[in-house]
Amino acid sequence: MKISIEKRVEPSPLTPYLSPLVSLALALIVCAVIFKAAGANPFKAYREMFMGAFGSDFAIEATLIKATPLILCGLGVAAAFRMQLWNIGAEGQLYVGAIAASWVALNYGFNQPLISLGLMFLAAALAGGIWGMIPGILKAFRGSNEVITTLMMNYIAIFLTSYLVYGPWKDPTGYSVPMTALFNRNSWLPKIFDTSVHGGIIIALILVVLSWILFYKTRWGYEIRVSGANEKAAAYSGMNAAKNIILVMFFSGALAGIAGMSETAGIQHRLQQGLSPGYGYTAIIVAWLARLHPAAVVVSAILFGGLLVGGDQLQISMSMPVSVSNILQGLILFFVLGGEILFSYKIKIGGKSGHQPCPAAKENA
Amino acid sequence: MAGGKLVEMTDITKRFPGVVANSCVCFDLVPGEIHALLGENGAGKSTLMSILSGEYKPDEGSVSVEGVEARFHSPQDAIKLGIGMVHQHFMLVRAHTVMENIMLGLAGTPFFMDRKKLEAKIMETAVQYDMKVDPGAYIWQLSVGEQQRVEILKALIRNTRILILDEPTAVLTPKESETLFTTLRRFREEGRTAIFISHKLDEVMAISDRITILRSGKNAGTIRRDETDEKDLAGRMVGKDSLFEVKKSEKQSGGEILKFNDVHANNDRGIEALKGITLSLREGEILGIAGVAGNGQKELAECLFGLRKIKTGTVSFNNKDITGFNPRKIREAGISYIPEDRIATGLVSSLDFPDNLILNSYFKLPVSKGPFLNFKYIKEWTKKTIEDYDIKVGKIKNPVGLLSGGNLQKLILAREFADNPKVVIAASPSRGLDIGATNNARKLLVEQRDRGAGVILISEDLEEIFQISDRIAVMYEGKIMGILDAKDADREKIGLLMGGIKLGQEADI
Repeated sequence: MKISIEKRVEPSPLTPYLSPLVSLALALIVCAVIFKAAGANPFKAYREMFMGAFGSDFAIEATLIKATPLILCGLGVAAAFRMQLWNIGAEGQLYVGAIAASWVALNYGFNQPLISLGLMFLAAALAGGIWGMIPGILKAFRGSNEVITTLMMNYIAIFLTSYLVYGPWKDPTGYSVPMTALFNRNSWLPKIFDTSVHGGIIIALILVVLSWILFYKTRWGYEIRVSGANEKAAAYSGMNAAKNIILVMFFSGALAGIAGMSETAGIQHRLQQGLSPGYGYTAIIVAWLARLHPAAVVVSAILFGGLLVGGDQLQISMSMPVSVSNILQGLILFFVLGGEILFSYKIKIGGKSGHQPCPAAKENA
Repeated sequence: MAGGKLVEMTDITKRFPGVVANSCVCFDLVPGEIHALLGENGAGKSTLMSILSGEYKPDEGSVSVEGVEARFHSPQDAIKLGIGMVHQHFMLVRAHTVMENIMLGLAGTPFFMDRKKLEAKIMETAVQYDMKVDPGAYIWQLSVGEQQRVEILKALIRNTRILILDEPTAVLTPKESETLFTTLRRFREEGRTAIFISHKLDEVMAISDRITILRSGKNAGTIRRDETDEKDLAGRMVGKDSLFEVKKSEKQSGGEILKFNDVHANNDRGIEALKGITLSLREGEILGIAGVAGNGQKELAECLFGLRKIKTGTVSFNNKDITGFNPRKIREAGISYIPEDRIATGLVSSLDFPDNLILNSYFKLPVSKGPFLNFKYIKEWTKKTIEDYDIKVGKIKNPVGLLSGGNLQKLILAREFADNPKVVIAASPSRGLDIGATNNARKLLVEQRDRGAGVILISEDLEEIFQISDRIAVMYEGKIMGILDAKDADREKIGLLMGGIKLGQEADI
């Protein structure tokens, strides 16, 4: 029996749903082997993870808290990815957003929470946006590879944060702990009802809806969809590629910057080192698993939030290293990317194969 | 009968989805000849040679080498028999050196390569054929001509007896072409054989011993060079048959609407592709631009439409200079462009029908209002377009990449004609379409002309050019070889111009 890979004539309507699910399942299976090798019962481990992430009110709240920055950063990178701009700088954009929000909170004591939080929001969006826009400008006018520039800017942002919390912004009463003073209460994002979930998730969900409208209902969203799918057609239509690259990178960075504001104002209530455990990187996987669709980003962010919380649970109850959830994340991305092939090709088992005429030659003929 | 024949290809038929590339083609080679394969683009030259070099398997017919039937499963099998092909698009690893490229896939290469030995061999071969190369140079540092030399060396070092060169001079300067011919003649002196694919008549006459002409996938004759001339070849190359019928009324064309004035521009490789184009278009006429592809037609269209930088010279529209305008401003002025590569440029194949319909008008009323797209209008427009142009769409939400070529072309034409443009530039509008779709596309172009628009029709298909043009210009190597009134033009004259031969009596512009 022969297994051959053939080009699809028509896309299967099921593929967009099936591909992420199959990728997840495969990642879980491979990770089970790793659990086994580490001496743990994979079924028990997965159960622990699931219960830890979704098994109680407390667990669900913890998952939603972690999903919030993932939704925001995931929306951001998905916007850039849609235009084939590989922004892997969400982590740095999150950090500068946190810095900007903290600057507002620490220097301007507004009595009105709404004004205070509103200004923090704008400052974070602007800072993250500019942080994303710089690689965008370099890409648009100099052709610099945005993968490298966005990645390098992550380090600048993270070390800038360290500098601030060890140096000029250090809490004078905080002994030697590297963090700023606590924000004024007016700069805290309120909790939702009597849960531990803060208002950041509301901001995130509003931005999901706005992103969806922006991408599917507006002229500019149309330009982005065309530019990402066919650069030549965009040029033929007269779209300004440089402008769109810069704008999309600004938008992408701004969303990640807002995640930074949401984390500082919602959880830590101060700027501190290591405020993100790599949300900006996990967001890349979140966005891919969601196939860049804003609404699907919510689902995939909650899943990954659960993965992070579940990983912590695993550490507590089975004393497994926390890196297990990193391994699982990596495997999921691996299989999601591998699954891309199913969109344009199908795997055929049996039947004719071998020396078929090369279909590419059709064009010359 | 195989006496003395080195290669015999008999009744070769090769089909690709929707097209027969070779239909019962016979072709033979005798040892020690340079055999030219002449024909327009799409005539099936490259396909036939890809079969000889083992890349494609013929659907029907047989290939024999020295009287023994050869069944090639891959190019490796052909290489073993001494058949090597230098493709139009080079198969070189740009980040590697000349030597690394030559040793790649070289039979009998040990795991640890004796670089000195190979280098010596390369130099020896290079001197023997008078080809200058630096084995240590990286491919990306080399000019196109030098890269071609590397490809030829690659073949020579593999002891190629039959060297196939696919349009080798298309990328060369005249001087480089001369050097190539010297190499080829030396190759022939050693009793080896070369196949030279070309559409340039003067080169074919200069270098070959025998000439086989392909037309629409069929053999249109194999002749000795000394028994033919350029006129004869041109006639055979472009043929005389007719399949299509489009009614066209006699019509007086109006005043000048568009003018190219001494336009120079480079192609994507930075080589000058337009060498001083001066051309004018009148209202209500179809100006056909004939010529074999790659002679600057694509660049001409792109320059007009603002997609390519004009180095020197101007384009004016209604006596207004539009040089350097971007595509949107040019379209807003009233110029429409139907690009040659429908899928690659004219459409976004992963988006749906409405998204493609609005590609060139999404930014203005009524297709969008303020920042928002006007979906109500878009829906109505889509419905009307599908009815008016009789487009078979299937599910509206499907990506348009699934539509047939004819339906895609209707979509593009509908979109481009929506605003009643004053000038239409259409590049190969019927390429790859079946008879019905072809007639339809031509009919729509004639309608635009009758409405008063000036139409520039770029096509390699002379049938198409003759059928609907009012005047015919021929491009060759980035220049206008001549402009004829359609009434005065015949296939022979156009064929000669296409092959780079100037006419005695050139019509005035």
